[in-house]
Amino acid sequence: MSRSDEHTDQRIGPCLDHHVDEPVDESRRRFMLGSALLVSFSMFPGVSALAQEVIADEGAAVHIGKATQALAGSLKTNPYLDSWIRIDRAGKVTVYTGKVELGTGVRTALLQIAAEELAMAPRLITFLTADTGASPDEGLTAGSHTIADSGSALLNASAQVRALLVEAAAKRFGIQSNLLSTRDSVIKAPDGRSMTYGEAVGLVDLHRMATPVSPLKDPATFGVIGTSLPRVDIPRKVTGGVSYVQDMLMPGMVHARVVMPPVYDARLVRTNTAEILKMPGVIKVVQNGSMLAVVAKGEWQAVQAQRALAAGSEWSAGRALPDPATVHRDLRKLCTEHIEIANTHKVSGAAVKTLSATYTKRYMMHGSIGPSCAVGLFKDGAMTVWTHSQGVYPLRDGLAEMLSMPKDTIRCIHVEGSGCYGHNGADDVAAHAALIAREMEGKPVRVQWMREQEHTWDHYTPAMVTEVKASLDAGGNIVDWNYALWSSSHNERIVNAGRLIPAQLLDKPFAPAPSVPMVQPEGGGDRNGIPLYALPNMQVMNNFSPTMPLHTSAMRSLGAHMNVFSIEAFMDELAAAAGADPVAFRLKHMQDPRAREVIQRAAEKFGWPRAPRKRNHGVGFGFARYKNLMAYVAVAVEVSVVPETGQVILEHAGAAVDAGQIVNPDGIRNQIEGGVIQSASWTLYEALQFDTSRIRSFDWSSYPILRFSAAPRSINVHLIDRPGAPFLGAAEASMGPTAGALGNALFDATGQRVRDMPLAGDGLRRRIEA
Amino acid sequence: MIHLTVNGVQHALDIDPSTPLLYALRNDLQLHGAKFGCGLGQCGACTVIVDGEAVFSCLIPVASLGNKPVRTIESLGTPERPGPLQKAFIDHQAAQCGYCIAGMIMRAQALLERNPHPTERESLEHMEPNLCRCGTHTRILAAIREVAHLPKADASHDKPQLAASHGGAQ
Repeated sequence: MSRSDEHTDQRIGPCLDHHVDEPVDESRRRFMLGSALLVSFSMFPGVSALAQEVIADEGAAVHIGKATQALAGSLKTNPYLDSWIRIDRAGKVTVYTGKVELGTGVRTALLQIAAEELAMAPRLITFLTADTGASPDEGLTAGSHTIADSGSALLNASAQVRALLVEAAAKRFGIQSNLLSTRDSVIKAPDGRSMTYGEAVGLVDLHRMATPVSPLKDPATFGVIGTSLPRVDIPRKVTGGVSYVQDMLMPGMVHARVVMPPVYDARLVRTNTAEILKMPGVIKVVQNGSMLAVVAKGEWQAVQAQRALAAGSEWSAGRALPDPATVHRDLRKLCTEHIEIANTHKVSGAAVKTLSATYTKRYMMHGSIGPSCAVGLFKDGAMTVWTHSQGVYPLRDGLAEMLSMPKDTIRCIHVEGSGCYGHNGADDVAAHAALIAREMEGKPVRVQWMREQEHTWDHYTPAMVTEVKASLDAGGNIVDWNYALWSSSHNERIVNAGRLIPAQLLDKPFAPAPSVPMVQPEGGGDRNGIPLYALPNMQVMNNFSPTMPLHTSAMRSLGAHMNVFSIEAFMDELAAAAGADPVAFRLKHMQDPRAREVIQRAAEKFGWPRAPRKRNHGVGFGFARYKNLMAYVAVAVEVSVVPETGQVILEHAGAAVDAGQIVNPDGIRNQIEGGVIQSASWTLYEALQFDTSRIRSFDWSSYPILRFSAAPRSINVHLIDRPGAPFLGAAEASMGPTAGALGNALFDATGQRVRDMPLAGDGLRRRIEA
Repeated sequence: MIHLTVNGVQHALDIDPSTPLLYALRNDLQLHGAKFGCGLGQCGACTVIVDGEAVFSCLIPVASLGNKPVRTIESLGTPERPGPLQKAFIDHQAAQCGYCIAGMIMRAQALLERNPHPTERESLEHMEPNLCRCGTHTRILAAIREVAHLPKADASHDKPQLAASHGGAQ
């Protein structure tokens, strides 16, 4: 069958097969879509034999043939069992994922899933992550998709592999397969005969397509899934072991540093290459158009040469930046695409009270603690790049185009880096490494950006504006809801060479692919733009700017941070207008039972509404289901405010989370806690500094983030487990609810409705004093 | 020739005297625990202990160290036999990406060696220079509290107002 989505026309274009004969049931559709956005269409209207599914997440859309549409998670795109699990005759079990460890603990969680269904202790499995030379292609590790996509694939692939091995053993033993038991890769018969996986694999070919139905274990018997297996990477990280691409040392490795233009679109006019080449240790200055780098034997020599090269280089003027004071006003003019993402009408009561509000968010940066780094090696016509990119396959394709090399001569191997939280400089520095390595045949080249480069060449999360207007009836029910948002692109992932900044600087520059809006239900700027609340009349507009005054792209939760902040702040305004408690008001407008349970659990555990409060303290509540299809998160917070300075501290936070079947409880807690703190930093404190000349946030003093003195005293995360239910991604799910709860707590503490982020600081002080 | 005493071992290195300690540790001695974060002394990812004090190794030229002993996270233990702070960080799973963690542990180690029983306020003030972007702060503090025998967060009294604390500001 074919499913269609009326909001996808702008991406799919004329090929979309409009099957609109059956009404779209939102809840059913969400259920069917599961973890990823699947839009089904056929190349020719009415020719369903050619039906395809398209997974449209960040990055390029992925087309899925009919043969694999029914498979679980990323088995849709990588259906062969032996692309996930390989067992050699000696019994060594190697499990592959096409996802990567970004610091969220997924390596451990995915290992648990495979270990559970392979009936093996996790320590017996060799577990490898994304590598274009070895792993399945799962696109990007982004959008809280990993456990849903790769986890579901591994769960099913592992169960099917185990069953195939058991069946092979049963056949050899001449008994029924259901009489056999498996434990730690040994298959045992009741009569004492046994066979290892290594022996069994010789009797069965694992190079076969997965099937839609898997012999999954009963979740009640799980022994590994659902336990807080300690993360496999932490012991090495706390003892100084080699853990990151930044730590790689290879024989003969040289060090490179790059010089970036001072502003966007500036071109290199002249440099002092001759002087630089005289500096100690300098091997080469690599220049291609405005892409400029220096290679030295030692890392410190490279840094010194980079400073001298930067100081001695002249650049053309480049282009001016917008006036930060008018960014939000300008954004409305720049948004030339107006996409209606919701328009529903039902019978409702008569409006007696109408409220409206406008919210703004400034540009913010990812702020990785370690600047982006990569190692490149060009040898015998082949390029290898070790990278902390979130998508080794998209990067490989971009590098192939940039270097004019066949894809099969380029290998991108993921090695962990500093936390990225989205599209930071990882891909760009990998492009630098490849461009420089090509000029250094046979020598591994390690290149790391400097701090000011990571700050000023980030793909920032876009400034946004939201407007909301809603009415209440006499009974305090919301009868209509009109919402609009304005934003530039949250998705400038690597879909062509031109999306790599160094490729834009070359003598023959590559142009970035045009910016296009991401589609619902995942959305980009409009992610979580549609409230999950039951609202009888609703219109939601996504106003998209295909042009970007500043480089922008994906940052943890994309538009959901701003949209949930706006929706949840406005729900509190409506609750106040209705004379209702904010939590009770939310429950009154929520029908989804899992959402209700999360809201109730968070409120109960927090002791909502926790009155009376200390002076200058306030509490607030926020809720969202991430993308309306991932984890449910409700957050209650207590803040303190110093009226004389506008200082705001998140003192306590309590969260309730439903992420479906929980794989690793402590892993989810760690992600929710981290999200609460990072969201507090964004929401309360952060804004990119720039003026019409250039970016002015060069370092941590010009882009302050939350420090220990502002860390909450406690964060309590309450998990609701759903054994057997699909895995739901959680890593980005607390960003929006935390932001909403903070805004509401500030009102509770000060009586001020602060609608412009960052919420804390001098602006708040002035409002309190006014 | 530059002479360095690192983790109790003496080294003679033929390197530029202006080389910051961080680069000597990582590249010449292959001690990767300390990380490059900013090169400006603003984030603490490079924190090591010199002569008993937590310092930013990205800022200190090797020539300025003289005979002062340098200690890095590699001296505290191994994955098989982690030191007390390392073990507490593992027990609390006090890392996400972990890039800042070696610096965090070395800064805390310097405090606990000088004062094995700091107050909550002392430990917070001491940790203030080091940045974590993943938001692991509460777990880092919990791990330090455990080794410092401080009460758990929920049992502690109101957090003191720090003179320097202006949420997020320097």
